[in-house]
Amino acid sequence: MPATATSTTYEAVIGLETHCQLNTKTKIFSPVSTEFGAPPNTNISPICLGYPGVLPVLNEKVLESAVKTGLALNCQIAPYSKFDRKQYFYPDLPKNYQISQYDLPIAEQGWLDIELVDPVTKEATRKKIGITRLHMEEDAGKLVHAGSDRLSGSTHSLVDFNRAGVPLLEIVSEPDIRTGAEAAEYGQELRRIVRYLGISDGNMQEGSLRCDVNISIRPVGQKEFGTKIEIKNMNSFSAIQKAIDYEIERQTKALEAGEPLYQETRLWEEGSQRTISMRKKEGSSDYRYFPEPDLPPIEVSKEQLEQWRSELPELPAAKRDRYETDLGLSPYDVRVLTDDHQMTAYFESAIATGADAKQIANWLMGDILGYLNSEKLNISDIALTPATLAELLQLIDAGTISGKIAKDILPELLTTPVDSVAKLVESKGMTQISDMSAIEVMIDELIAANPDKVEQFRAGKTKIQGFFMGQIMKQTSGRADPKLTNQLLVNKLKG
Amino acid sequence: MAKLDRSDVQKVADLARLRLTEAEEIAFTTQLSSILDYFEQLSNLDTENVEPTTRAIELSNIVRADELQPTVDPAIMLQEAPEPEGEFFRVPQILGGEA
Repeated sequence: MPATATSTTYEAVIGLETHCQLNTKTKIFSPVSTEFGAPPNTNISPICLGYPGVLPVLNEKVLESAVKTGLALNCQIAPYSKFDRKQYFYPDLPKNYQISQYDLPIAEQGWLDIELVDPVTKEATRKKIGITRLHMEEDAGKLVHAGSDRLSGSTHSLVDFNRAGVPLLEIVSEPDIRTGAEAAEYGQELRRIVRYLGISDGNMQEGSLRCDVNISIRPVGQKEFGTKIEIKNMNSFSAIQKAIDYEIERQTKALEAGEPLYQETRLWEEGSQRTISMRKKEGSSDYRYFPEPDLPPIEVSKEQLEQWRSELPELPAAKRDRYETDLGLSPYDVRVLTDDHQMTAYFESAIATGADAKQIANWLMGDILGYLNSEKLNISDIALTPATLAELLQLIDAGTISGKIAKDILPELLTTPVDSVAKLVESKGMTQISDMSAIEVMIDELIAANPDKVEQFRAGKTKIQGFFMGQIMKQTSGRADPKLTNQLLVNKLKG
Repeated sequence: MAKLDRSDVQKVADLARLRLTEAEEIAFTTQLSSILDYFEQLSNLDTENVEPTTRAIELSNIVRADELQPTVDPAIMLQEAPEPEGEFFRVPQILGGEA
């Protein structure tokens, strides 16, 4: 019996193709600068312009970055790899071909783990996303379309070749992703990895990280893939998520209405929050790849591979694991602490002083993160050093200052560098009063001045204790040791 | 045998952005076919125990350090272009999409 339209549930099958610009000093095949934002056509050479007779030579840093990323993504590193020419005509490519890798990419068959944290329950779920391949290639130049902001209306175009030849890693995922949220998390995890490796700044606005999405939908249970649609032009992770959610809805509606879907490329429009058709794809493009004769093949030796493997830092997934298991932090806290490598470095140098990881995490996630968010700052922008934060916590632990005083003094520490928090609180007279006799004197005076309230307490209205506590804190500007004060107060009130 | 027909020639010409006349298409179909036949002689060789290669000289791992080197003055290269315009290379109107 055929399923009725309303009873069919659909699932999306999604794969991501990510281009990651490497942060090398020079281009992939020519020794000129890769600096972003330089005046047009100043970072060019006869090699990037494709002059006849030039010889491209591979930048060793590009190879190292590619192999390290491949290792970080649990890939097989090819013992023999080569470059190929991908032919197509477009003026952003001066040679009419792009040097890329076709059948023997540097890395294949890997995976990465993503962790999704439910925003309500804060529960974490993990999922393995396969990596099909990773290869090295050169970026193309940038076009400015004159006479119109769109290609279609322009009379001619202007080309800036500064970006032509900037090294890229293209990372292709398996179609293991099912939702917009998973895709966004995959992209974020990939960005964390390249940032941890220090091979790319991963900046989406500047185009250092570009994600294209391939998506199709099919009834749950069906083996065959549906019609594949490519989405481009998303420059944030939330745009990736929204574009995918939009496409899932659009394609589901089309299938339910019995309308055909075409294999095509669609663009995400940030303004209207929808995708629009860019072009229909008729069959697969014919790039006529052939081996690049100017670049000899690459054979990564076992020794070299082991050397690079030994240089890998602790990667985000391992760090999350360690923070949860060894430090006992919640998945949500761990996610925030490991998301930004500067925050991670901050956290780690704070706990390296011996400070309690949970306390440091609480302060970072609480008041400090609140401040960073409201001021739109990075952790590296604040005056408070990890050592100073650790000292502050140590002063609370030692009873030198109260937690309240610590919170009061924090805004100053965030904006003003200090050598010693201990000296600062001392000079401001903010140290905690733990002198038993001094507190006892204050309590005695209060009891003498408020006989009616003491009477109420002794009659069972124990809540009145808060009044005395408040009075003492008021007199001492919050400096009285709350625990000690409380003890003494109860004893005295009971008589 | 590697016999080409006219549609193959039309496709290759289209990919290479070449506009051919009907006469040229017919002529090239014959000529390209005979060139391919000529290369076809290579398949007479016994390559059973020969590793595939893509180059005549066996070389690998030629790399350079990630360091800036002096190059040609960009302004000169810009001036050498058919149509420089300010700081840019000007190109004619682009028809058809990006590949």
